[in-house]
Amino acid sequence: METRSPGQRPGVPHGAVGHRAHRQAARPVPHGAAAPYRPGHGTHPLLDALRATRAPVASRSNALHAGAWWLWALGLAVAASRTTNPLLLGLLVGVAGYVVAARRTDAPWARSYGAFVRLGLLVIGVRVVFSVALGSPIAGRHVLFTLPEVPMPGWADGVRIGGRVFAEQIVFALYDGAKLAALLICVGAANALANPARLLKSLPGALYEAGVAVVVAMTFAPNMVADVLRLRTARRLRGRPTGGVRAVAQIGLPVLEGALERSVAVAASMDARGYGRTAQVPPAVRHTTTALTLGGLLGVCAGSYGLLAAEGARYGVPLLVAGLVAAAGGLWLGSRRSVRSRYRPDRWGVRSWLVAGSGAAVAALMIRAATVPGSEALHPGVVPLTAPELPLWPALSVLIGLLPAFVAPVPAGAVPAGAKESTR
Amino acid sequence: MIRFENVSVTYEGAAAPTLENIDLTVPEGELVLLVGPSGVGKSTLLGAVSGLVPHFTGGTLRGRVTVDGRDTRTHKPRELADVVGTVGQDPLAHFVTDTVEDELAYGMESLGLAPGVMRRRVEETLDLLGLVELRDRPIATLSGGQRQRVAIGSVLTTHPKVLVLDEPTSALDPAAAEEVLAVLQRLVHDLGTTVLMAEHRLERVVQYADRVVLLPAPGAGPVVGDPATVMADSPVRPPVVTLARLAGWSPVPLSVRDARRRAGALRDRLAGVVALPPGAGASSSPYGLAAVGDAPGEGAVAQRDSARPAIEDTARSAVPGPGGARFGKGRGGEQAPPSGPADRGPTHHRPTQRLLARLLRTTPAPAASTPEATHLVATTTALAVRRARVEALRRVDLAVAPGETVALMGRNGAGKSTLLNALVGMVEPTAGTVTVGGRTPHRTDPRELIRQVGLVPQEPRDLLYADTVAAECAAADSDAGAAPGTCRALVTELLPGVADATHPRDLSEGQRLALALAIVLTGRPPLLLLDEPTRGLDYAAKSRLVAVLKGLAEDGHAIVLATHDVELAAELAHRVVILAGGEVVADGPTAEVVVSSPAFAPQVAKILAPQPWLTVSQVEAALEAAP
Repeated sequence: METRSPGQRPGVPHGAVGHRAHRQAARPVPHGAAAPYRPGHGTHPLLDALRATRAPVASRSNALHAGAWWLWALGLAVAASRTTNPLLLGLLVGVAGYVVAARRTDAPWARSYGAFVRLGLLVIGVRVVFSVALGSPIAGRHVLFTLPEVPMPGWADGVRIGGRVFAEQIVFALYDGAKLAALLICVGAANALANPARLLKSLPGALYEAGVAVVVAMTFAPNMVADVLRLRTARRLRGRPTGGVRAVAQIGLPVLEGALERSVAVAASMDARGYGRTAQVPPAVRHTTTALTLGGLLGVCAGSYGLLAAEGARYGVPLLVAGLVAAAGGLWLGSRRSVRSRYRPDRWGVRSWLVAGSGAAVAALMIRAATVPGSEALHPGVVPLTAPELPLWPALSVLIGLLPAFVAPVPAGAVPAGAKESTR
Repeated sequence: MIRFENVSVTYEGAAAPTLENIDLTVPEGELVLLVGPSGVGKSTLLGAVSGLVPHFTGGTLRGRVTVDGRDTRTHKPRELADVVGTVGQDPLAHFVTDTVEDELAYGMESLGLAPGVMRRRVEETLDLLGLVELRDRPIATLSGGQRQRVAIGSVLTTHPKVLVLDEPTSALDPAAAEEVLAVLQRLVHDLGTTVLMAEHRLERVVQYADRVVLLPAPGAGPVVGDPATVMADSPVRPPVVTLARLAGWSPVPLSVRDARRRAGALRDRLAGVVALPPGAGASSSPYGLAAVGDAPGEGAVAQRDSARPAIEDTARSAVPGPGGARFGKGRGGEQAPPSGPADRGPTHHRPTQRLLARLLRTTPAPAASTPEATHLVATTTALAVRRARVEALRRVDLAVAPGETVALMGRNGAGKSTLLNALVGMVEPTAGTVTVGGRTPHRTDPRELIRQVGLVPQEPRDLLYADTVAAECAAADSDAGAAPGTCRALVTELLPGVADATHPRDLSEGQRLALALAIVLTGRPPLLLLDEPTRGLDYAAKSRLVAVLKGLAEDGHAIVLATHDVELAAELAHRVVILAGGEVVADGPTAEVVVSSPAFAPQVAKILAPQPWLTVSQVEAALEAAP
């Protein structure tokens, strides 16, 4: 995948029409090949073969399974949890960011990435502030500055507020915060790349209806934010200040009312469109379903208890397995009651395997790197202060995570986000 | 296909039934239009067809409703989902999924159709409604017309025999409305779908109907019949029917085309009469005549000349008298415009004045230092607004004089609301300037600003917080620093017969609008802005609104309204500004801008073209004046 010949532009399918190629050129495509691309003018059979394997323009039919994106992102997150080396963490965040930049769409959920990045920075900031204010068990030698220390009563021994602040302790806090931030950013990448509603389509039939309710409930928050903005505007129109506690109190009730009204309207619409239609099943099947599901869940609970508790580990595993089997059977039987069919569910194809596999590979290699000798580079020491080094093999394994930026389908032409277009 | 047998619906806690003894049969394959004033139970009747009334809304339904032989008493809405498709007033509340294609498939998934069938029907529906380009778009990014088409498409995929639509075109611009109606026509003609729809904007839909069901008053029995027959005596009627009644045509024509064929004699009678400016008859406009014939853009200069008398009016009326405001009085009735045509001959084309105008427009007016500076209530100069990467407005120049009514028209998303928001300081300009009453709105304290400009938003309910009308009025008085009772006096004037203890939620759409208007007017702003004021209003409420706004304009208030309602613009506006893609593409006197446009011309203008008549009341006044 990394080998590309000049004259080959990533992301453009074989025989793409000219204007499409132009539009693609404006996108942040990986390696912007400068040479003009002439469709159908391959000079070498190898070139043509390579071209055929390139990522196609995304459409509904070749869409990556949403689960693949989540597996990839979780793989990166696992890798991030194994190291505090800021260079490696930065590389991980860079990899995630690059894939997001190359493959995200203009859909509303794709805009969440920026919010996650900001959240990550906030986490680092909070971690550092806490370390400065409350002190740290790291005993350093380089005193940066000294805060006035609050004298604590005797019963609060061991709690310290203020005091000397060491460079070592701040660096430690930074490393620690960066790890958390990298985890968050990986989750944000999955959020931006995978449509949450598509993930639903992979749920078993018996759970689908509940899933729809969850997704509809999730649209609540953005709608309420819009309501708050509208009502704040209206307050201004009446010449009232828009901030302050009183304003919030006065806006709160209408916002809740509006949200309630909207949910009733959506419920009416769903009902009128056949939500919750059920097939007739014999009572025996219904009762079996209930028994299997309840029994299965009980089995799972008892089995996990057995596994975790000191005694009874012998029964733990079989109970857990039996419970899982029973619950799965219950769900399968329950699906027979639901008449609903699925429209174009995402298929798990080769590209999905590659994307999910690249995440898994990053995680596996990083876990292995953390166990073999020489793993101290993954956790650079702070006492004494040393500059972190970039360990070669872990860094290379992180780069495997870039694979989705080349194999995942390229999102089609950008529609300006939030653009209200003419109706023509 | 649909049968109502002696149906009455009573909601819980309601004193009287909403529908009483309705007997109605809708045959298969007809497009039936349900008309009537607000509050007669149109939505309830539509809901009874899909079973949402009473299964979802509660209340008691007596009698029997059957759809395709299924009794709604024994079938829940979800069991009727394969027979009835329902699209409510607000398409956004209808959507369950987040992309167009999923939305089209949702209903079929619920019915459990085979994947192959679903795929085929989605493709067919995408073609039928012209949605192919939008198939992967998130629904949140669609425009109003597109949403409405997706909503219709989403119920069509299940191939329902009956389609029930509640005000499908009210929120749409004229072009988008025609698009939706063309789709409905096609369904009825090609697929034999039965369509039952309620709509207030009869001028848009009545010519497509095979049959009209009129609910004349609450509790009254339905009048069913041929559209021409029913319209002839209907309390709600489009301008073409009103004109036909005036001209004595029988049977009543319903489309512009039919009316034009009859209109020869009327045109001849009107040929000798001079067309009066819009809103004439009440002689409300001091500028209309001067503006006719001016090139767009120079209108502002002309208005500057003639605006002085109106300013004095504003000053006079800005002092709240002991009896509160008195609208529709002041200069009224038959009185001639204060400055006759003689005052403004060709002088206003003098280059010096134009230069002066340009200077005035580019420098923010110092507060009331020169009389010239206060002439214009609001100006925008090269106003541009950007949101993220979208340019909502580009280089918009607009000048509004006191006493002038300006209609902003254009497609959904053309930037009308953004312009209004910029005028009240909700939106900060990216470039250019906005000046309202000598101030820059977005830097002015809201408490100060409400005495300069008031906006009635698209959803008037947003302005109302309190739980009684009286509390709302008291709050408005204290917000605006007006004498206690000012707002209540306005409410009494605009909305007679509303008790103090009424909850704003219990008011009808039109009453709520009037209440919001009264609250906004409490601060006595010289500039009044209205965003889509006639959405959901019936003809009676609309004509009351027109009367109120005309009175305000006579009192010297400048009014800017963003609207899709061409009939309203023709009735009220002295000047029409058409926006497209955030730019002003036309700015001139109503008659001039509107008559030449196929989309924005009112029915009367289309019927009597090339003569520049805009409204029935103009024609009526002219006929009275003529021998």
